[in-house]
Amino acid sequence: MQNETKAHVEQLISSAGHQVTVLRFEGDIASTSKDAVLGTYQALPRETRLVLLDFTKVDYINSSGIALVIQLLIEASKAGQKVCAFGLSAHFNKVFTMVGIPKYADLFSNQAAALAAM
Amino acid sequence: MSEPKTTVVEVRVPSRLGFEKVAMSAAASVAKLMGFRDDRIEDLKTAVAEACINAIEHGNRMNENLSVGVVLSAGVDSLEVKVMDDGKGMNRQPGAVHKPDIDLKMRGKEDPRGMGMFLIQALVDEAEWVAGAKGKNSYVRLVIRLDKETK
Repeated sequence: MQNETKAHVEQLISSAGHQVTVLRFEGDIASTSKDAVLGTYQALPRETRLVLLDFTKVDYINSSGIALVIQLLIEASKAGQKVCAFGLSAHFNKVFTMVGIPKYADLFSNQAAALAAM
Repeated sequence: MSEPKTTVVEVRVPSRLGFEKVAMSAAASVAKLMGFRDDRIEDLKTAVAEACINAIEHGNRMNENLSVGVVLSAGVDSLEVKVMDDGKGMNRQPGAVHKPDIDLKMRGKEDPRGMGMFLIQALVDEAEWVAGAKGKNSYVRLVIRLDKETK
């Protein structure tokens, strides 16, 4: 019943000229998404400094999925990486804000706005 | 004078993660028919999904021989949703629901999970958790009202 989570990685350059690693997710983000979310993140090169999460093609996120995002933020914080996100619907932007995520990952409406700030 | 009519829709889903989306869709459909705004329907969808996940994981302990019952009661100006399972349940009012602390989570002092009940009570107008008699038939009851300003 869950739409399988897919993730792929892209490298972009921010407006300030920094390399940004973009993790683009598709499908649902739930308890079954550990490999797609954390596995994809953990496979990034250690020298990665800026990580951008793209939720544009994610339709459904539940609290277990949000917990995976928080686990990613914990690991990124330990590695000294900055994480931003974009593409959340207005509802999930609200939900992420309710649980405090913007304190550790800036949320943007679209990719251009995120890259301009990174 | 006749009583205002309440329309009831019932759904039963298996205790398998993912099937909360069936209950979520049913709740959204009823709310749409009642005239709820889209943003309130999104709130309801998340609350119903989280209530079902709790019922599947904690109430029925992922036992696929047990199902989760969802009763949607559409009144004149509100929609009540009862999500029932076969677990022991808990008696808890919204004020007793733990608010997640992102700082503690980031420092490893709090489980990254455990946000479901908080989201439920934050997204609907009423939420109560009721333990069933004899350790069975527990439920969470949610109410969302029409014309409620966005929280």
